[in-house]
Amino acid sequence: MADLVIRLRHNTGGLIALILFVVLLIVFIIIHPRFNMLALEATANQGAALALVAMGQTLPVLTGGLDLSIGAVLALSNSVGSELLSGPPWQIALGIVAVIAVGCVCGLINGLIVVFGRIQPIIATLATGAVYTGLALLIRPLPGGAVDESVSEALTYSVGGVIPTPVFIFIGLVLVVWLPLKNSILGRGIYAVGSSEVAAYMSGVPIKGSRLLAYTGAGFFASLGGLFLGFQTLSGDANGGVTYTLNSIAAVVIGGTSLFGGTGGVVGSIFGAYVLRIINSVLLFSGVPSLAQPLFQGAVLIFALMASALRLIGIRNRLDVMS
Amino acid sequence: MSLIQRIDRPLLFTGILILIIYFVGASMFPQTLTDKYLLQQLQIASYFGVLAAGAMMVILLGHIDLSIPWTMSVAAIMSTAIAGPGGENSIAALSVPAALLFGCVVGLVNGFGVAILRVPSMIWTLGINAVLLGLQVFYTGGFAPQGSASGFMKAIATGHLIGPIPNALFVWLLISVVMVFILRRTPLGRYVYAIGNKEAATYLSGMRTRGVIIACFMWAGFCSALGGVLLAGYADQAYQAMGDPYLLPTIAAVVVGGTHILGGTGKYSGTVMGVLLLTLLSSVLSVLQLAEGYKQIIYGCVIIAMLLSYGRAQKVTA
Amino acid sequence: MPRGPAMTATAEVNPALPNAFLSMEGITKRYGGVTALDDVDFACERHSIHAILGENGAGKSTLIKIMSGVTRADTGRMVLEGKEIEHLSPVDATRAGIVCIFQELSLMPDLSVADNISITNPPGRRGLINQRAQRRRAEELLARVGCEDVNPISRVRDLALSRRQLVEIAKALGRDPKLLILDEATSALTAADVEKVFTILRALRDQGTAILYISHRMAEIEAIADTCTVFRNSRYIQTFKQGERTPEQIVQLMIGREISQIYPPKRPNRPSAEPTLVVENLGWEDRLNGISFSVAPGQIVGLGGLDGQGQREVLLGLFGVLRGVKGKIKLYGREVNVRSPAAAKLPRNAIAMIPEDRKTEGLMLPMSIRDNLSIASLKRFVKAGMINRSLESTRVDAMIDAMRIKIGSPADAVGTLSGGNQQKVVIGKWLMTEAKILLLMDPTRGIDVGTKQEIYALMRKLADDGAAILFYSTDYDELIGMCDRISILYRGEIVRTLIGDDITEQNIVAASLNVDLGVRPAANAGASHG
Repeated sequence: MADLVIRLRHNTGGLIALILFVVLLIVFIIIHPRFNMLALEATANQGAALALVAMGQTLPVLTGGLDLSIGAVLALSNSVGSELLSGPPWQIALGIVAVIAVGCVCGLINGLIVVFGRIQPIIATLATGAVYTGLALLIRPLPGGAVDESVSEALTYSVGGVIPTPVFIFIGLVLVVWLPLKNSILGRGIYAVGSSEVAAYMSGVPIKGSRLLAYTGAGFFASLGGLFLGFQTLSGDANGGVTYTLNSIAAVVIGGTSLFGGTGGVVGSIFGAYVLRIINSVLLFSGVPSLAQPLFQGAVLIFALMASALRLIGIRNRLDVMS
Repeated sequence: MSLIQRIDRPLLFTGILILIIYFVGASMFPQTLTDKYLLQQLQIASYFGVLAAGAMMVILLGHIDLSIPWTMSVAAIMSTAIAGPGGENSIAALSVPAALLFGCVVGLVNGFGVAILRVPSMIWTLGINAVLLGLQVFYTGGFAPQGSASGFMKAIATGHLIGPIPNALFVWLLISVVMVFILRRTPLGRYVYAIGNKEAATYLSGMRTRGVIIACFMWAGFCSALGGVLLAGYADQAYQAMGDPYLLPTIAAVVVGGTHILGGTGKYSGTVMGVLLLTLLSSVLSVLQLAEGYKQIIYGCVIIAMLLSYGRAQKVTA
Repeated sequence: MPRGPAMTATAEVNPALPNAFLSMEGITKRYGGVTALDDVDFACERHSIHAILGENGAGKSTLIKIMSGVTRADTGRMVLEGKEIEHLSPVDATRAGIVCIFQELSLMPDLSVADNISITNPPGRRGLINQRAQRRRAEELLARVGCEDVNPISRVRDLALSRRQLVEIAKALGRDPKLLILDEATSALTAADVEKVFTILRALRDQGTAILYISHRMAEIEAIADTCTVFRNSRYIQTFKQGERTPEQIVQLMIGREISQIYPPKRPNRPSAEPTLVVENLGWEDRLNGISFSVAPGQIVGLGGLDGQGQREVLLGLFGVLRGVKGKIKLYGREVNVRSPAAAKLPRNAIAMIPEDRKTEGLMLPMSIRDNLSIASLKRFVKAGMINRSLESTRVDAMIDAMRIKIGSPADAVGTLSGGNQQKVVIGKWLMTEAKILLLMDPTRGIDVGTKQEIYALMRKLADDGAAILFYSTDYDELIGMCDRISILYRGEIVRTLIGDDITEQNIVAASLNVDLGVRPAANAGASHG
């Protein structure tokens, strides 16, 4: 019992994101004029790409870093996909592998610059983001391309007509990729580096390997996002990643992962991303004039952040808030 | 010794690279050798430089201001709206002061969120940016903003009072003088570096750290608004999302100039060089008429190369 | 002049022993312009607890870092278990069974206790960690160090410092060390905890482990060490067996000059001056309750007791760092409400606080010595909004002289100084504000004997000049040697106040444990505690 309490306390951030998501989903279902499975599907699809990118962003953030190129990697993957994801099934399969490889290579490059170049992640990924955007523009100067439709249908509809496919994608990714990663030595190293790099070094934690894994993982998930986006929109867009980078940071924070590193997880970020998307949908149906919606979105984000400041009310030692 | 190396290297490297880029451009396109071209570059750099001054103050603290784009845009819209069609409203004189005041208010809100609510600056300023975007959409009703730049705005952005020297350069000069004065000669400047190094130690040494943080964000907001006004003067109008392309290059200019992204070290002269470098680079790449994709790639690679030369952190040892 | 057995050369032990576990010859290490180790020979044997003594900057920590592979020597050779080796990496050292417990804890605060304990060698296969086995191992090791009450999945961040140090020791034990190095590993532990650790160390020694023990606490070294080696000024000085030297002789070896007395003489009780600081019924959360005391000019009042009983909170509360402090505080006769360190620093309050952790709370390490010294008093050098650099330089240089801070140039980064000199910068910074009330939070923790002496002399001089000093220390010797009065805290309340002849180690210990010894005159009140 004590164990359960402790585990809950460690994951408060993620739990709050989950609760927020459930509440918003319920509100959405109630507000929606004609709620049915299609609406649920659409919601799942709208948030899937961001959720995938948010999963990716979580890894570098856990190490105490950041990946500001993740939107560009998404756009690059998307653009590459728009060239390769058509034709006979074996070609599509190869195309998928190629796209994922592109994402991983981009992530690895980020990692190499951060680890061996010893350049701060914020500015390193800012610069590489420009490079990846440039590559995407060279491949796809104008939005377009061709993406196979049957795969697209499989991914964006529902299984058994009830549960949207993205749900299974996420459950699968968490079970097959995230949990083994978290339980591995390198994966634990990601948390260790973010918690205290000096202590991790003195404890012989594989710091370099853990960081490389984190950034490569970010690229991996970003490429999955690019794939999904391609199947969803049936096209490629080199500039399509612009909002994903900053939104993924918001999703990660809402999902309970600390920007200082060391605490949090990928599952919270998935819920964080969907919280962001569902807020949009709720606003859409809430009768708020469409011109005021972006304002509301921004205001909601600010209020959510102010709410996180409520924890300050309990702070009695002012030094505690200075890391 | 290593600290000095870190500070002077950026100046050296940016200076060398500026010369290289210039000669590459000049050899391919002789029109870049003219005074006119250079002065035009200085004018554009001035808009940029004003933004970078504000960004640098916040980065020195160990924070970051991601609300630059929409503070710029809303300030521009505000100033052109007050100036009215053709810039000839009766209250047009208020256009610039109102916009600058607005910038200070945004900075105050940013400072409040970061210093008092203790929300990480990256995410708070991101949220404020989103709110400002929403305000703009709501206000303009989705249409292009009405109004044009006032005479004064056009004058400071594009005019030439003394010979061929752009007025905008004087604006940048003024901002620079203020920056150098604050950072090198006043206690406030010392506190900025101290907080960027270790906020807890600065607090326990009896400094009013919250006030310093709020003041820096207000300065950044002021500079962002000024940048928006200058751009509106240049384009003779405000347009949606005019600030978006400026965020990343501004931060890059500050960091390439030798300021550490986590705060605590950096010289303003480095920021000036960083602005000049990136402006010239951007412009030469345009003149070369490369595809947009190549421009981005080269831009990113130059930044990485500069950082590998002098932006590297120490190895972690115990 | 020298008391005790003559310090002859025959006491020196040849460092290059053939059956040493690890021996080093001719080791030199420089950091920039500072020589940390100068042609040092050293060896440690199995079945032995070997203490290393020396001031900060004497080279102990650097030696340890080289042994554990964290740093590499510039010159010299090392022989590990009979085999000569080029250099060690942390991985090599780990494989050889060299385990280190450093002064800075090597625990990751956000990871669980179980994760931390098994961080270097987690149970499991193919890169995956076996959580259940890891938890079981943690439980065993925690029990060994007396921490059965600690839940293995709790986060290290949520544990008290003394628990964290014990977890650190448990972690070291879990790595089956052949050479166990403890570098100030017991600084936050109570006497009872330390005794438990010593039992473990003795058992390990009997089983054949070589143990190196670094501590500034002479009493601990007397209790545990078989052999002692002294380093001074980056050089090896002497090795001798336990008991062959008196404490005075050891200190003399460490600082290389004769010291007459460590603590300056206390002043006899003055006619009662109006107290500068009066605290009435101070309370805060559940950590402080009903604290009342006063400090007059010229007095050094100590706060004693076990670690974490509220002493830190008293000082933080007086300095304005805590919110919701209840009770009355009177300064110079007026009631005040100090809301922040900025308010505390104001000339009308003139309070200064030397914080516990100089590296994160007292200094900006990358900034220059000059900037660090002047930061708290910068307003005094400001005219028309600008800093008068020459005035600042003059005052800073004067302070550096007065405090005898050993530096290269005032423009050097303060991070390049040794611990003792860094602490002098922290104190100097506050002296420049002309404070009249000084709050000292364990100011000599982790500092060498020589600098400690200087700080004690400074404290007494400041008191003589009229300052009121509130002094929190975890070192009983210090409290006895320096304080005119000691208030012992237990669970946030003052349980006993000791004055004059009542200030004895026995009374302090008893009060700390909240045990009533009854009224008992102290045996030799004037005995030196050096």
